[in-house]
Amino acid sequence: MTTTAEAGAPVEAPPLPTGDHAIATSGLTKRFHGGQLAVADIDLMVPRGAVFGFLGPNGSGKTTTIRMLLGLVAPTAGSHELLGVPMPDGWATALPKVGSLIEGPAFHPHLSGEANLRRCDAADRTADARTSRQRIGSALERVGLTAAAGKRYKAYSLGMKQRLGIAAAMLGPRELLILDEPTNGLDPQGTREVRTLIREIAAEGTTVFVSSHLLAEIEQVCSHVAVMRAGRLVAQSSLEDLRAEAGTRIRVETPDTSAARGVLTGLGLADVRISDSEVSAELGELEPERVCAEMVGVGVAVRGLAVVRPSLEDVFVELTGEGFDVNG
Amino acid sequence: MSTAEIALAPAPARPARIRLRLFRSELGLTFQRRRNQALLVLLGAVPVMVGIALRLTSHQGNDGGPNLIDQVTGNGVFLSVGALFFLLPLILPLAVAVVSGDSIAGEASAGTLRYLLAVPAGRTRLLMVKYAASVTFCLAAVATIAATALITGVILFPVGPVTLLSGSTVSLAAGLGRLALVGLYVWACVATLVAIGLAISTVTDSPIAAITATAVLPVTSEVIDAVPQLSGVHPYLFTHWWFSYDDLLRAPILTDHITQGLLTFLAYTLIFGSVAWARFSTKDVTC
Ligand SMILES: Nc1ncnc2c1ncn2[C@@H]1O[C@H](COP(=O)(O)OP(=O)(O)OP(=O)(O)O)[C@@H](O)[C@H]1O
Ligand SMILES: [Mg+2]
Repeated sequence: MTTTAEAGAPVEAPPLPTGDHAIATSGLTKRFHGGQLAVADIDLMVPRGAVFGFLGPNGSGKTTTIRMLLGLVAPTAGSHELLGVPMPDGWATALPKVGSLIEGPAFHPHLSGEANLRRCDAADRTADARTSRQRIGSALERVGLTAAAGKRYKAYSLGMKQRLGIAAAMLGPRELLILDEPTNGLDPQGTREVRTLIREIAAEGTTVFVSSHLLAEIEQVCSHVAVMRAGRLVAQSSLEDLRAEAGTRIRVETPDTSAARGVLTGLGLADVRISDSEVSAELGELEPERVCAEMVGVGVAVRGLAVVRPSLEDVFVELTGEGFDVNG
Repeated sequence: MSTAEIALAPAPARPARIRLRLFRSELGLTFQRRRNQALLVLLGAVPVMVGIALRLTSHQGNDGGPNLIDQVTGNGVFLSVGALFFLLPLILPLAVAVVSGDSIAGEASAGTLRYLLAVPAGRTRLLMVKYAASVTFCLAAVATIAATALITGVILFPVGPVTLLSGSTVSLAAGLGRLALVGLYVWACVATLVAIGLAISTVTDSPIAAITATAVLPVTSEVIDAVPQLSGVHPYLFTHWWFSYDDLLRAPILTDHITQGLLTFLAYTLIFGSVAWARFSTKDVTC
């Protein structure tokens, strides 16, 4: 787990050999011509096989980072590797194995969805023309666009456009999928479908790097998360570590709050909090049944006892010290 | 054939075929676009209208008319030359500016550029494909003008052995050969503008701005070319050599101006092509 006390330089990521990483950046920085510091000195480490949630409020530098990863924007400083290949020099080797959706879909409005995918495929010199039709068909099917394949792109709804963008990212066999806000504009059903799709893709062994400003949308599918704030990487870890770091709490519902507090303190639990009819503390390594037995042993009237895993939302608020959707 | 040979056999053929896929896709995109089709229709319609107008007026006796009109009414083959003469100063460059100015900036403003590059199409390759497709469009434009003019000319006017500008007469077949040379030269003229348009197209993300700037350039160049006080710079203007195709209609062909023109076009293409490449290969694609 890496966090920063202040929004300064991020603490180093766990030192893993870069060969295990689908994405590894070192000090990646982008300052735009106007002087705007969009991305500041970030060290991203995305392990292969991960579903990596890249979170941050609007304007925090997610898209700019993704553009740098794909070689669309030249970093002002720093370097990065994609699938173990140094970028941007290795673009011809790395990028064919990477599918991407960058800041929303973009296609030719007067062409059909299928014709647009054919053009994407034609642009890829590593793609085999003989399997083009079949690959396009299966990509359209995966996103549920088969019926609308012949429709002009300009006649697509917002959600259909987004789906076509995802289909384009999956035209070939990919080792890494970079999806910038893939659920943008999708209805709840579509959002669920995208999550299912991400799970499926990840199950096939593809690393998925997915950005979002809505934590709730991707929390359920991610194995890892990183949080951007005002161009800086303020947190990066596996979801498990993140939850563990925040600590599971035990909550005891009881009228005898002071007695219950005595028990919790006696057990050596940290951060004991007390309210009207409730006492809670960080559980740490202790089994909850121990707490229950102790309570009952000293005659505390236990009305309810719960082990509370903090929601990721809470964790972030704790980590970043402010509400998630507040721009830093 | 051993298994190893079988496995290796298709390999050499692959890169060339795959490179052509993007070019074919680009051609499809260029020629299926309604706007570009409309431009070709417009270019094809002008010779028909000019032909009809000349046919209608020629009955009323055309003594004292310009040389070219006499020639057209005397021999329908000359309608092609006449049509190119009418279209070369303004409308043909405008059509070429629309296609070449739009080439990169259009993809940028539609957002499709980032996906082409992420695929990855390769920046140099994409630039070359865009250039090749625009140059092909130029060829189609010149061919459309020449072909519709030829057909209109044959229908409306007498056709026979061709009297050249130098006064001598050559067979119809030889005359058509000269016409083909004129067409190729005009193609080279406007292909120069493609390199310029491509370079401008890499500088801005607004296709309208790129098209406008590209369209304004040849007109500006023609204006400067018309100012005698600026005669020192005239040979360096690419439009200065645009009408040198006259020399292809003489016997023998005068090659001086033609050669100088082609060299000027080549120099422009190399310079603007380099600018386009230098700019595009380092461009931040942020839209
Ligand atoms: N081309 C550009 N020129 C100047 N500044 C830019 C440019 N593109 C982005 N920025 C700035 O960089 C910062 C990061 O923008 P970016 O698009 O990366 O944010 P984001 O995290 O993707 O936001 P969102 O959630 O809204 O998509 C913003 O402050 C933005 O104004
Ligand atoms: Mg964004």
